[in-house]
Amino acid sequence: MTRKTRKVTPGTESRTAQVLLITLALAFLAFFLMLPLIAVFSEALKQGIGPFLDAVANPDAFSAIRLTLIIAAISVPLNMVFGLAASWAITKFSFPGKNLLLTLIDLPFSVSPVVSGLIFVLLFGAQGLLGPWLSAHGVKIIFAVPGIILATVFITFPFVARELIPLMMEQGKEDEEAAVSLGANGWQTFWHVTLPNIRWGLLYGVLLCNARAMGEFGAVSVVSGHIRGETNTMPLHVEILYNEYDFVGAFAVASLLAALALVTLVLKTVLEWRFDLHSGARH
Amino acid sequence: MPSMTTRKTTWRAPSVLPGFGLTFGFSLAWLSLIVLIPLSMLFIKSAGMGWQAFVDVGFSERALTAYRLSFGTALAAAFVNAVFGLLVAWVLVRYAFPGKRVISALVDLPFALPTAVAGIALTALYAPSGWVGQYLDPLGIKVAFTPIGITVALVFIGLPFVVRSVEPVLADLGKDVEEAAATLGAGRAQTFARVIFPAILPALFTGFALAFARGVGEYGSVIFISGNMPGKTEIAPLLIVTQLEQYNYDGATAIAMVMMLVSFAVLFTLNAVQSIRRRRLGA
Repeated sequence: MTRKTRKVTPGTESRTAQVLLITLALAFLAFFLMLPLIAVFSEALKQGIGPFLDAVANPDAFSAIRLTLIIAAISVPLNMVFGLAASWAITKFSFPGKNLLLTLIDLPFSVSPVVSGLIFVLLFGAQGLLGPWLSAHGVKIIFAVPGIILATVFITFPFVARELIPLMMEQGKEDEEAAVSLGANGWQTFWHVTLPNIRWGLLYGVLLCNARAMGEFGAVSVVSGHIRGETNTMPLHVEILYNEYDFVGAFAVASLLAALALVTLVLKTVLEWRFDLHSGARH
Repeated sequence: MPSMTTRKTTWRAPSVLPGFGLTFGFSLAWLSLIVLIPLSMLFIKSAGMGWQAFVDVGFSERALTAYRLSFGTALAAAFVNAVFGLLVAWVLVRYAFPGKRVISALVDLPFALPTAVAGIALTALYAPSGWVGQYLDPLGIKVAFTPIGITVALVFIGLPFVVRSVEPVLADLGKDVEEAAATLGAGRAQTFARVIFPAILPALFTGFALAFARGVGEYGSVIFISGNMPGKTEIAPLLIVTQLEQYNYDGATAIAMVMMLVSFAVLFTLNAVQSIRRRRLGA
């Protein structure tokens, strides 16, 4: 370690200025981030633990929780498989049009959630392109679970790929080439060489993908139809309860989602620490 | 291991590793199925409705008011975030203070917290009877159910984009340049304005553009706090939902199309700025 650790270097503000800037930043964060978070839990427990538990144990809330878990359990693995396949193709091979492919993968991030729902309505809705054909065959996608899954997969499309591509790009392809030259087949190479290298990055991407899949509101709201007990996810249930002026109920379900967000943040931070250790050991 | 690494520059043979056809084919097929074909519905539907019908809804008085509101509040929120996001990034990178890791993790809360939860929490805070609203109301400041409330929600949503864009650039910035500036007699403010700020400006602009693009399309966190009065606090994504609820698919498509073209323009500008930055750094 040859880094200079003098207390006051020429390029440092006075202690007073530092304290002032830190205070200002913390005040901003307290006001805009902490306060809303505290409000969720406080409003949920406003009338005590009893009404809170009643709201969470309500059958409609329960079916919303179940649907949200089902949606995440289907859409996250789909995007995980896509993320792995896309990053393998993009990082292990060179081919023309790679930048275009990267841009197209990122596309769902720049589309409004409402528009993300709208496009599936245009495709599969009653007046949509495939609507008449689908209803003739008794298949329901819009205002049903398949539509919610499609919209969720669209919204969370880039998450895993985006996390893996820079990581695998940095790791290069020497390890895989060594494995193949030693006689491993493609699947063995992926399973024993690539996957152990990228597992934390993969987990990180899956974590973010899952948080968004469980919390998505706009896109799901457009395709769901808000049928209680059938196509109502947790965020949609929050909206319904809120619009019915059942504030304790709305904030009770919302507090579960906020708890999920906090767990996500904790796991994410832990993974980032691991990443730092990992990359520190590599360099 | 690094000692065993061989130069790969002459070895760019894509055939060494297997699985290109499978992973590339699958990625392209899945991308088309989930993203490209559904998104192309917007263009197909727009082309099918004729120019006059498109303009009638897409540029109606009500739609223009909604765009003005959406783009205006997103721009205002992005500016607030550019200032305070830079401050937060600066404090996190440069200064040591207790609880820094927790604060750093908390910055990502808007990414993890479902938008509907943020929406009802902010409304509870800023309603005239809320924790914050009760102090603003006597002063004649109304936040909830006004464009200010929409801006507050978009500040919440957009903050991490600026912080996370600026942070790595600020961390990589060598102290030696600043020290050189100080040695040459520059004051702290002068050093910031002439040396540091120009270096982080592209990253700041990236964060600004990302926050802006996200704010324009944002739905979940806004609709609760906005009050949704047509012509006053009706944002463009909400207008799309309203059109859909009236089964006016053409109207919804026209508005979505206008919004998306603007978003793409922002994305295009963003990429142009980034490539300029890369060229500057790569030189």
